[in-house]
Amino acid sequence: MKKLLQLLEEDCTLTTEQLASMSGMSAEEVKAAIRAYEEDKVVLGYKAIVDWDRTDRESVTALIEVKVTPQRNEGFDRVAERIYQYDEVESVYLMSGAFDLTVIISGRTLKEVAQFVGQRLATLEGVTGTATHFILKKYKEKHLIFEKREEQEREWIFV
Amino acid sequence: MDLRMNYENLISSRIQQVQPSGIRKFFDILEEMKDAISLGIGEPDFVTPWHIRDAGIYSLEKGFTKYTSNAGMAELRREIAAYLNRRFDLQYDFAHEIIVTVGGSEAIDLALRCLLNPGDEVIVPVPSFVCYGPLALMAGGTPVYVETKAENEFRLTPEELRAAITPKTKVLVLPFPNNPTGGIMERKDLEAIAEVLEGTDIMVISDEIYAELTYGQHHVSPANLPQLKERTIVVNGFSKSHAMTGWRMGYVCGPAPIVTQMLKLHQFGIMSAPTTSQYAAIEAMRNGDHDIEKMRDEYDGRRRYLVEGLRRIGLPCFEPKGAFYVFPDIRPTGLSSEEFCERFLMEEKVAVIAGNAFGPGGEGFVRCCYATSMKDIAEALTRMDNFLNNLRKKQAREQGN
Repeated sequence: MKKLLQLLEEDCTLTTEQLASMSGMSAEEVKAAIRAYEEDKVVLGYKAIVDWDRTDRESVTALIEVKVTPQRNEGFDRVAERIYQYDEVESVYLMSGAFDLTVIISGRTLKEVAQFVGQRLATLEGVTGTATHFILKKYKEKHLIFEKREEQEREWIFV
Repeated sequence: MDLRMNYENLISSRIQQVQPSGIRKFFDILEEMKDAISLGIGEPDFVTPWHIRDAGIYSLEKGFTKYTSNAGMAELRREIAAYLNRRFDLQYDFAHEIIVTVGGSEAIDLALRCLLNPGDEVIVPVPSFVCYGPLALMAGGTPVYVETKAENEFRLTPEELRAAITPKTKVLVLPFPNNPTGGIMERKDLEAIAEVLEGTDIMVISDEIYAELTYGQHHVSPANLPQLKERTIVVNGFSKSHAMTGWRMGYVCGPAPIVTQMLKLHQFGIMSAPTTSQYAAIEAMRNGDHDIEKMRDEYDGRRRYLVEGLRRIGLPCFEPKGAFYVFPDIRPTGLSSEEFCERFLMEEKVAVIAGNAFGPGGEGFVRCCYATSMKDIAEALTRMDNFLNNLRKKQAREQGN
């Protein structure tokens, strides 16, 4: 079971047959297990990792440190929920250390992101401060490296 | 150029007996092809794990660019001894029983050259990797090929071995886990071999370069058997286990009196194995066990998928238990191994290697290496299915006429 999740996490485009042979399960078992994972929200979804810099679409991503006043009974959850409902918000994490939430936001332009922070995020009740860091270049995400590796020159070899 | 030298007369007659590999032309064709897929090269598709590469780089930054001691750095030999003990329950004294070599191939060469006298026979189970016969020839020996059988899962049986032994037999090569068949020798198989060797002076050279890549059971070395240990030379290395082929790091372990002789040859022929690679190898031994598990896991998934896929499209193959090759039986197609490979490459642009390249016992089989991406394996299977269907149609038409 754990094997199946690992395989899916690495490459969710594997077919049921491939997953079945690789995990040593039957195709039916794989289908049932995936259905259960999806229902139990163990598997949240399946997405491609896109390098937008290789397309003509403009895109900026920012990592925002957010300081929050925790609320009675609900701690940080209520503020976090109010933040993650926005479509612009890609990820939200509760952090240990000097600030409380990391919020990752993507938008078309710097201005769009800055406006979102200034108008939506900073003004939320319970948010006491923000620091916005724009991401200048992505090198690696989810174990995938953004730029293409140089190929090693290779002549004939027999092994 | 006007040739005044008659090279044919002056070149060693031994090297002239060694046949060049016929597979080269396939690689040249492959090189020119667009969208070609290769299941041909027997090499991990992983890059050496970063922490290992980093250790090599660090040693360069520090300026560690001199020779090491002939046998290899003591620190590395200690780590190798600890690793062999930890992973395979093998005990070797780093000071007298281990040499760090330039890949496993140098180790095999050293062992053969230090054991053989002119006319000594070397028993080589085939199909197997191509180096043993030529290296035995160059060392003055005579290779004696023993064909292992698909129905025995390409193990060497005691009967086959007994039939091959003559008074001139000096060495038995045990190339397991096996390239190209994926066959392994289990403890009981080795015990049967030990019985045949009992009372003889035959030495065993055990090429265990794929020892970390076994699926479903742990590798057993002949040196794990007390009755074989004193006659066994173990060859191993970092290429397959740690995806370090280009670093050329291998080692050989064996009885001190033989290792002492091998060290003489190594010191004159090689001096010492590459220093940068030795630093990287220390890191691989110390902190690399989890890399091995990760890669083996990945190979295992691909192996199951490829075996099931080949069976599904109608090529029988026994389940390979080691290395990273599947060796399907292509006899049902009526083609020879070479015809199969050539037509498959030309019609569907997929390279696999003809089984007869690995010795006479390989005819009727092809080697597919699964140390490549799942995407390529899946695509190769689709193309193979296509190829077989077209072939069947053509053959049916020909029969109809």
